[in-house]
Amino acid sequence: MDANVLARIQFAMTIGFHFLFPPLTIGLAWILVIIEALGWKKKNEIYVAIGKFFGKILALIFAIGVATGVVMEFQFGTNWAEYSKFVGDIFGAPLAAEGIFAFFLESTFLGLYIFGRERVSKGVHWFSIFMVAVGSTISAFWILVANSWQQTPAGYIVQNGRAELVDFWAAVFNPSTMVRFHHTFDAALISGAFLMAGIAAYLILKKKETETAKKALKVAVIFGLVVSLLEVFPFGDLHSKQVAKTQPEKFAAQQGLFDTQKNAPLSLFGIPSANPPEIKMHIAIPGLLSLLTYNDVNAEVKGLNDFPQSEWPPLFLTFTSYHGMVALGMLFILIMGISAFYLYRKTLYEKKFLLKILVWAIPLPLLACQLGWIAAEVGRQPWIVYKLMKTADAASANVSAGEILFSIILFGIIYILLGAIFLFILIRKIKAGPDPVKSKEASL
Amino acid sequence: MIDLNTIWFILVGVLIIGYAILDGFDLGVGVIQLFTKDEDERRVNVNAIGPVWDGNEVWLLTAGGALFAAFPPVYATVFSGFYIAFMLLLTALIFRAVSFEFRKYSESPAAKKLWDTAFAVGSTLPAILYGVAIGNVFAGLPVQFVDGKITDSITFLGLLNPYSILVGVLSLVLFTMHGAIYMTMKSTGKHLDKMVSVASKTWIAVVLLYFIATMATFFTANYLFVGILKNLLFWLLFILLFVSIFYIPIGLKAKRFGCTFLASSVMIGCMVGLVAISLFPRLVPSSIDLANGSLTIYNSSSTQNTLQTMLIIALIGMPMVIAYTIYIYRVFKGTVIITKDSY
Repeated sequence: MDANVLARIQFAMTIGFHFLFPPLTIGLAWILVIIEALGWKKKNEIYVAIGKFFGKILALIFAIGVATGVVMEFQFGTNWAEYSKFVGDIFGAPLAAEGIFAFFLESTFLGLYIFGRERVSKGVHWFSIFMVAVGSTISAFWILVANSWQQTPAGYIVQNGRAELVDFWAAVFNPSTMVRFHHTFDAALISGAFLMAGIAAYLILKKKETETAKKALKVAVIFGLVVSLLEVFPFGDLHSKQVAKTQPEKFAAQQGLFDTQKNAPLSLFGIPSANPPEIKMHIAIPGLLSLLTYNDVNAEVKGLNDFPQSEWPPLFLTFTSYHGMVALGMLFILIMGISAFYLYRKTLYEKKFLLKILVWAIPLPLLACQLGWIAAEVGRQPWIVYKLMKTADAASANVSAGEILFSIILFGIIYILLGAIFLFILIRKIKAGPDPVKSKEASL
Repeated sequence: MIDLNTIWFILVGVLIIGYAILDGFDLGVGVIQLFTKDEDERRVNVNAIGPVWDGNEVWLLTAGGALFAAFPPVYATVFSGFYIAFMLLLTALIFRAVSFEFRKYSESPAAKKLWDTAFAVGSTLPAILYGVAIGNVFAGLPVQFVDGKITDSITFLGLLNPYSILVGVLSLVLFTMHGAIYMTMKSTGKHLDKMVSVASKTWIAVVLLYFIATMATFFTANYLFVGILKNLLFWLLFILLFVSIFYIPIGLKAKRFGCTFLASSVMIGCMVGLVAISLFPRLVPSSIDLANGSLTIYNSSSTQNTLQTMLIIALIGMPMVIAYTIYIYRVFKGTVIITKDSY
């Protein structure tokens, strides 16, 4: 295989694995901000127990996120040297800003949050988890600035053989940054909510520290329903409209739309095939795509045939991952909606089947994150920077296929090992459950 | 008036100094772990750096990001040129990063020992590799800058030459000493006595190796010494280095461990500072054509616009970082107390 293909596999693998952990960190951190605030203000030991238990899980997740994130910081230089030289004037700044504004904040305050409970006041301790949440969110922001600039570059001029910065704010707030940030950030919150809800549901099913678990489940379900709804409307809706406007080829591939048409159908299901390019077993609702995208049934939506085939993104991956993500998004609303309904009826804790579903749903938001990321990044192909640089021209010219293969095998083994040990420890940690809450008399 | 390119040379240097001082001691503690048999002492070692090591490593990430932003061709050329070495470094850093949490949740002593070994090896390898990297940069890399295009023929085996390995051993011993001195502030009783002894012994090795490495550099990379005696900053750093080196044994004897650690930090800062001064304005000296082919802060920088924007970001961000880093170190000041929640 040639070096470029290997470099792409290597990047997909290392970032795909890494991307399992930051959404959980961000989501869990923000829920813990709520939990710790409740514990602090209500002086309720149950919330403190939830905080301690999930705080340790956060630390575990964060550690793997850090370990795999270090690779990402240097990978542009090691594997994508031509790309780094071409875009460094613009692309390096958000990465450096992420270090300065986000990495220091989250890692420094996580140390304080985990180890400082007895060393600082309750207010400072709450502030430390708040800073972890803020830091991880700022990190997401800058990485999405960098990635969105690849999707919809702005604020630059190509001269001296590279893209040079002209307008910093135009590059930072390029046409897709904020839309994609909201969408991705909310996906992280959903991931955190499902993790906490699933773990709490498990503890209730196993009758372990049930009172603590019930309170955790309640917070996670209410939070989870709100963020799941927000993800579809307005965030998903806005993101879709933006892609239609700024990257019509990607949009058409995600929707499986070949011919430019008015009254365009919304594709619900289908199996894309490459030769000839078509969607088999296609189920679609006429007019709905035009309506959702432009608020007008008669609006024209561009199809793939309007673009040269050499600039089409890979159809199968783009279409399938997009549809999988949307389906999961709907499922999240359903699961959290039903859970919230029974929570309101005060019978959620007895609904064993639903609790089991919550346990098994823990990995689903992460799957949705991966699918959304594939839809976004594969959908951008063949470009590494949309209409500016092809992925084929971006890899390091001085790194051989053998060297990249070596690193694929190396990281492949390491990541399988890390993933297995992580799951083993996480599951054991969950099974052990939170510490028993001290009774009022004992704590006095 | 100094130009933006020089300011960014200094800023990247400051980030590397911050990294060398802060992660330097926790890498050093990792090296010491390799030779620590007693489980209680191992646990104190890990917990002495537990709350802070991650923040320390961020200095490396930020230095990497800053290098990318300010000098993209250097980031691209060196990192892709050092490909295999980099993959080994990343592997070490990955295992090191997870070893803390994995150790905590291991139940059997054998598993704990395994993760201690991962922590120790994951610290030792980077401590050597950083020195090897500096050695190679000093000796010059087979890189050539011609008409805005960069060509290179760096090979992994080419990086492992006697001179670079010498510098690698120096950095290993230096960080070990720094880690031992850090542990004198964190340990008690017999453990403390051991750390004082390690610090004293490694100090002798550091002084000897630094002298030998400087001589070797004089013969291997003579260009670094050209005109340096006329540089006022050189003399300032040189004197500071001398004072801090010779304070260390005095401070250890007087049991003024905080001051000794400060001296050791100043010493490392001065060493990196001297590296920077002698390289300036080159970033990657070319072994093919030193005068015209080297990557410098002028031929390999981002645009003035980017450098200026990044300077504003650094000026807003870094004072905050330094403020809360100092705060955290004050919270966790003093000897290690093992509790139920410790690693």
